[in-house]
Amino acid sequence: MTLSTTEIFNKICELTEPFNHKSVTINTETTFASDLELDSLAVMDMLASIEDHYDVTVPLNILPDLETVGQVAIAIKSILDE
Amino acid sequence: MTLDLFEKFNSTIENFNQLPKGELNPFTVSMDAVISPTQAIINGRETILAGTNNYMGMTYNKECLEAAELALKNFGTGTTGSRVLNGTYNGHIKLEETLKDFYDCDHAIVFSTGYQANLGIIATLAGPKDYVVIDADSHASIYDGCAMGNATIVRFNHNDHENLDKRLDRIRRKDPDAGILVVIEGVYSMLGDLAPIKELATAAKKHNAYVLVDEAHSIGVFGATGRGVAQEQGVEHLVDFTVGTFSKSVGTVGGYCVSNHPKFDVLRLVCRPYVFTASLPPSVIASATKALELIKNSNLRTKLLENSKRLNDGLSDAGFNVGTTGQSPIAAIIIDQQDTAIAYWQKMMQNGVYVNLAVPPATPNGLNLMRCSLSAAHSFEQIDYILEKFIAVGKEIGVLK
Repeated sequence: MTLSTTEIFNKICELTEPFNHKSVTINTETTFASDLELDSLAVMDMLASIEDHYDVTVPLNILPDLETVGQVAIAIKSILDE
Repeated sequence: MTLDLFEKFNSTIENFNQLPKGELNPFTVSMDAVISPTQAIINGRETILAGTNNYMGMTYNKECLEAAELALKNFGTGTTGSRVLNGTYNGHIKLEETLKDFYDCDHAIVFSTGYQANLGIIATLAGPKDYVVIDADSHASIYDGCAMGNATIVRFNHNDHENLDKRLDRIRRKDPDAGILVVIEGVYSMLGDLAPIKELATAAKKHNAYVLVDEAHSIGVFGATGRGVAQEQGVEHLVDFTVGTFSKSVGTVGGYCVSNHPKFDVLRLVCRPYVFTASLPPSVIASATKALELIKNSNLRTKLLENSKRLNDGLSDAGFNVGTTGQSPIAAIIIDQQDTAIAYWQKMMQNGVYVNLAVPPATPNGLNLMRCSLSAAHSFEQIDYILEKFIAVGKEIGVLK
């Protein structure tokens, strides 16, 4: 079954929650660096939990392009659709 | 308005400016004089060095000094050239022969630093169609080697062979024929924990992946002849590439990679961090060669691990939150707040003990550490002094109850 980007975004919000130490309300524009105050290692840890949830490979190479939670949802959608 | 290229560093500058200037700043230490592998004068004060990665105390070994002096006199201060042009002297060849003998390997290549060895090997071996699969807690040089190359980079949970297996399985389902390089470290330098190489390498081999082990912090320290953790665990046959450094146990600077792959020497032509830099100076080459010969036949690692166990046990008994186990030459206590860690470091310096203040992102899991790397050259008296000061400062600033 193909998931919509919104469904993926909602799941990613859930998976991001353990890293949301400042209890920020997450929307698609929420940034990892400024809003969630995550360093690059924490972002990689978060991606690992997304990888395991969807059983996909998320290469670290795309990390520089992932500034917001919404961008991650779009990236996962395109990996799942491949 | 002209874009300020430095704008992106504003928060770093802000954070750094909040630290005190001068001798209380943990990132601007300067040694006035070095007395021995374990002592220096810092800010006019005699200081025990407990954070210098000088595991074997080789920096002042008499035979290494003599070899370096002789090479300096006979071959000059530097080679002024690349290994593939004018920068290969007999000494460089001899060092590579010594490494082949040390590792009982067919091929050895010497780099100008350990950082460049990882950069060069990882970026060159894995091309655009290949994968590099790295441990989450990898050293910056491994991450940078990945960033420099064109391969797809995948990260697995630290020291977790099941997690590695799962990630390799995903890659293979998608890409059955891709080349895969799995990169691990023998010892992880921040908390001094060892890789379970057998389990990790077995998972890699199951998926037809190559295995690279970085023994930077384990050469000299582990294994019957000091080759590292793979030798200690009896699994060298599972390792395709061993990378290491001369800047810790070997007591100078430089890096290397050894392998039995029949085509390995082609790297001398295609590995840019090998080709496009000057080779190591003759004195460095000579002391590294001598140190490797000494390390192979020494029992210094026994003394080193005794020293580490003594400090680790002492810290545990005193009630510290110790992040290390004493199985490697690292001893680190975990401090909750970064401000407290900085204050701790400052007090230790004022008490004549240099340790490393290690903070994220150099540390795993966001930890603030007071980190020691022990040396075989430390006396028990020095270890006990370090411990005494750890306890005294810990009580003073409320880390110890």
